[in-house]
Amino acid sequence: MTRKLIVAAAVACAALPSHGQESPAARSLAATCAACHGSEGRSATQEAVSLAGLPREQIVSQMRAFRDGTRASTIMQQIAKGYSDQQIDVIADYFARRPR
Amino acid sequence: MRRRQFLHAASALSLAGCAGIGRGHAARVVVIGAGYGGATAARYLRSWDPDISVTLVDRNAQFVSCPVSNLVLGGNRTMADITRGYDGLRRHGVQVLNGDAVAIDPAKKSVTLASGSVLSYDRLVVSPSVEFLYTEVEGFSGQDRILDAWKAGPQTVALRRQLEAMPDGGVYVLSVPTAPYRCPPGPYERACQVAHYFKRAKPRSKVLILDANPDVTSKAALFKRAWQELYPGMVEYRPNAKVIGVDASAMTVRTDFDAVKGDVVNVVPPQRAADIALMTGLITHNNRWCDVDWRTMESRAVKNIHVLGDATLSAPGMPKSGHMANAQGKVCAAALVELLAGREPNPNPVMNNTCYSFVSDKEVIHVASVHQYDAGQNTIIPVKGAGGVSAARSEQEGVYAWSWARNIWADMFS
Repeated sequence: MTRKLIVAAAVACAALPSHGQESPAARSLAATCAACHGSEGRSATQEAVSLAGLPREQIVSQMRAFRDGTRASTIMQQIAKGYSDQQIDVIADYFARRPR
Repeated sequence: MRRRQFLHAASALSLAGCAGIGRGHAARVVVIGAGYGGATAARYLRSWDPDISVTLVDRNAQFVSCPVSNLVLGGNRTMADITRGYDGLRRHGVQVLNGDAVAIDPAKKSVTLASGSVLSYDRLVVSPSVEFLYTEVEGFSGQDRILDAWKAGPQTVALRRQLEAMPDGGVYVLSVPTAPYRCPPGPYERACQVAHYFKRAKPRSKVLILDANPDVTSKAALFKRAWQELYPGMVEYRPNAKVIGVDASAMTVRTDFDAVKGDVVNVVPPQRAADIALMTGLITHNNRWCDVDWRTMESRAVKNIHVLGDATLSAPGMPKSGHMANAQGKVCAAALVELLAGREPNPNPVMNNTCYSFVSDKEVIHVASVHQYDAGQNTIIPVKGAGGVSAARSEQEGVYAWSWARNIWADMFS
């Protein structure tokens, strides 16, 4: 009985949607882009592209192009190389679902 | 029996607990220091869990950015350009207090302010900046004609006035302390900004850099190239020239080898984590820096206290920068949301760093890195093959640099 209750409660806690309905790991990963691209992918400037609402495939393909050097850049080639394919997918998923 | 079992389960539950359960009140986080680390942590805590009560304490009523502040010395930006208010954080529900945290009681989990008021916390975030160790440079106080101007604010304005008042043909002496110190490329950017001003306004003047380090500590080749090409004959760089004493009446600085006279003398002081960290026992290394668990930013010395920014014992390859502190603030906020709810924090935090330096009014160079947690080494380390510096200085990066400033300030304050 005791164990069942604890397990049920633990499951309930884990299943509680974190605010914003996104997994904490995904939103943390996406937040590493914010200093340059704006909070929640909404840039405060014309010069840094807003990531919010961009198609998932576009973000993935551009990040890979930066990483592989097929898209020229000043800094993004160096940043993109720091993220794994899986991390890029998570980030792209996250921003694709954000309102512009 | 059944009732006892249920109570048992309930108390275990509160240990495992959802947010609020077992605590009897909403989780309370107090944040000391509203700079790049603290403001970011406060804002993201509220964004990611509005049930957490967040109180942010800072001595200053407004934020003045250290990054970009060298442009004020060069006459290329104003103080207003690099100053931001805290109203945006208040709109996020952060309680922002203008006050001075003078004591922390880790046993009682409370912070005492200079005003006498006491704040209780479940978790405390300390993003306290650095303390300047003036006494390590004989005769230096930071209070007379020889300024540090290493925290943006009144001294930034005062140093700019000294440069404006300096006659053409004068010498600006800049002393760089032994690394690590806040903002590794900052002194060299400052030399560029002052040279840029001299080139326009007093072209017979000189910039003399006395560096305690064996070489330029960041973006070395790019800075040296900028000095040669943009300010030929104007910037002199001396490595291994540690300033050990100053004389404000004679306007001289002393190294182990000689004494040098300047018309404007600017000494970046040796540094350690701020006094509040020292008093609380957070300093773990070399009497200077605070070691943390990089998954949560929790102090390795004092439980329930998380340390951010320049005060931390930097992980390998991690500079003491505003961008890094912003990244740490988010890792800390994410971990606190989980910990306060009784869940495990993210075991694999990621951070990155981007640091732009203005070598003229428009041209900029950068250094960047990406840092991933390594469970084997129990720390966060730069990803090999990622990161790097600019291929060359450019106006394009100048545009990006100012864009960076506006976006990171918005990320902290709006």
